[in-house]
Amino acid sequence: MAVAPKRVPLPAILLANDLLDGDVVFASEQSQGALAWTRDPGLALVANDDTAAEQLEAFAVTEFKAQHVVDAYLVDVSIENGVAVPRHYRERMKTLGPSNRPDLGKQAGDGIQAERRG
Amino acid sequence: MYRYDEFDERFVRERVAQFSDQVSRRLDGSLTEDEFKPLRLKNGVYLQLHAYMLRIAVPYGTLNGRQLRQLALIGERFDRGYGHFTTRQNLQFNWPKLRDVPEILGLLADVEMHCIQTSGNCIRNVTADHFAGVAQDEIEDPRPTAELIRQWSSLHPEFSYLPRKFKIAVTGAEADRAVTKAHDIGLRLRRHPHTHEVCYEVSVGGGLGRTPMIGKVVRDYLPKADLLAFLEAIMRVYNLEGRRDNKYKARVKILVHETGTEEFIRRVEEEFAQLDGPSINADPEEVARIAAYFAPPTYEALPAVSRTLDAMKAANPAFARWVEVNTTPHKAPGYTALTISLKPVGEAPGDATSEQMRIVADLAEQFSHDELRVTHAQNLVLPHVRQRDLFTIWQRLGEAKLASANIGLITDIISCPGLDYCALATARSIPIAQAIQHRFASDTRQRDIGELNIKISGCINACGHHHVGHIGILGLEKRGIESYQITLGGDASENAAIGEILGPGLAAEDVPDAIERIVNVYLAERNEGESFLANVRRIGLSPFKAAFQEVVHAAA
Ligand code: SF4
Repeated sequence: MAVAPKRVPLPAILLANDLLDGDVVFASEQSQGALAWTRDPGLALVANDDTAAEQLEAFAVTEFKAQHVVDAYLVDVSIENGVAVPRHYRERMKTLGPSNRPDLGKQAGDGIQAERRG
Repeated sequence: MYRYDEFDERFVRERVAQFSDQVSRRLDGSLTEDEFKPLRLKNGVYLQLHAYMLRIAVPYGTLNGRQLRQLALIGERFDRGYGHFTTRQNLQFNWPKLRDVPEILGLLADVEMHCIQTSGNCIRNVTADHFAGVAQDEIEDPRPTAELIRQWSSLHPEFSYLPRKFKIAVTGAEADRAVTKAHDIGLRLRRHPHTHEVCYEVSVGGGLGRTPMIGKVVRDYLPKADLLAFLEAIMRVYNLEGRRDNKYKARVKILVHETGTEEFIRRVEEEFAQLDGPSINADPEEVARIAAYFAPPTYEALPAVSRTLDAMKAANPAFARWVEVNTTPHKAPGYTALTISLKPVGEAPGDATSEQMRIVADLAEQFSHDELRVTHAQNLVLPHVRQRDLFTIWQRLGEAKLASANIGLITDIISCPGLDYCALATARSIPIAQAIQHRFASDTRQRDIGELNIKISGCINACGHHHVGHIGILGLEKRGIESYQITLGGDASENAAIGEILGPGLAAEDVPDAIERIVNVYLAERNEGESFLANVRRIGLSPFKAAFQEVVHAAA
């Protein structure tokens, strides 16, 4: 378990599942550079270099230990129209929701609207 | 139907309390994720791609109206208004929040349901023929056996940490509608040719997944009274000798395969001979008590064929078609077993909304002695319907988009959730099912093709039973895109067989074409009245491979 897996190619974002709600959350940058989770994949912080990636990894570890999230890992992305899109289709599904139900999941704004209002 | 006694009730309630406590301890940090994960899995809570998933056991696929209505309520209050019926005859909710699970488990306990042993390396929910108790070809109702095994295996201290999960299926009929040969243990009730006593044929080591195998018969005629001792002997041999070093070789099918069937039988029989049978086998009184719960309802004395039904059919061809396709002959004259299709064209196979669940629950209460069944093919059954009520039922189902007349036909596709939900998936399966359904949506065309089972899995775990589909589809990843491998000639029946791969994997958009070409070969080559599967058996794979290659070339 302790062996760190090889890091994905950069740029990358950090995603996880919220421990209590189970939905997918993304590490994003708050004011003063602090990291926090967002439901909105559009706000995910993109790590372009090793320093930024290490910062995300460290955040994953502390947040896991703090019982906030589970299954946190880095995902390599490409930037499409200014938005980070996971390169692999599996991770893309996590930023969208079930493809047969466009009315559900992130593609339908689940959790995102509320966050924007909040 | 089986009703909980005070032990069952207390057991389930205690489990709810324990899990509530475990969730609180996870949240306050006294349990780590590594400690908590096996606990949540023991209560059916998985983490999938977008959310948690809760798997609810439907013992041998039998439900009553109140239970289904409770599931509808849970779906509405704690999920997104729908649930997914699986090939294990269970129900899965796709969006529960961990914080709500204790409350959901409480609601399930209120209607004698739970999620125990729907995950983990234990004996899982026992499945059975969905026409149990009503099929004309039945020798004996398999549900008392299934219930006995459920009670024996629940929290069995010796078998709670097996090398791997363990699935048992039971049928009591000539036709195998429970895919027993693809289970770790398959039981078939049958009569001994000389004594005429009802016995079990016991098969071990069937299973799909990475290494698909058909179960091997280890006992031709096991006396019914010896069931638990014999199962215990099998489980002991497996528990001791099953491989714990390699997850992919840990199922009993690998042990049977590596040991050889004869040697495996020898070891089981040796263990069985040493066991103190009487101390393990169920008390005949208890067996009788359980069996009494499954006594058939009191049927009305009716003529074998309803004239009301005949008149309605004559006046309404669409209804007549539905009756022809979706009903199965019943033991009791004037009755029928009705299969409600959860495969309307374009919907996810096996999904039902809370509203639909309520309608089916109402129909079960009103027209089917408050009983319904979940099939491994992801449909629902009203097992005791008077023929003369079919028209009313059909109309009500039609309003709820549940009146598709496609049972056993090409659009009655089994599909696992695949990558639209499942964290283990390598490709999507639901959209493939939908595309094929659209391609073959025409009723006349489906009717012309006749019985054809397509089964789709989104990864090698084979929850969608693709190996035993007449046409099987397996979603894989190939160079960063979804790729679909097609197999032909699988059979889930009493003549169980594993399908053979037709050729290289296809892109998602080419799958419907490939299926169409395969079907066209059949239509061109079939003899009068010959089914798809019989045709494949007779003419062999080559003509189908040739047609398949054309799709491969066109795509290349
Ligand atoms: S077959 Fe694979 S993708 Fe489908 S439900 Fe099972 S584990 Fe998930």
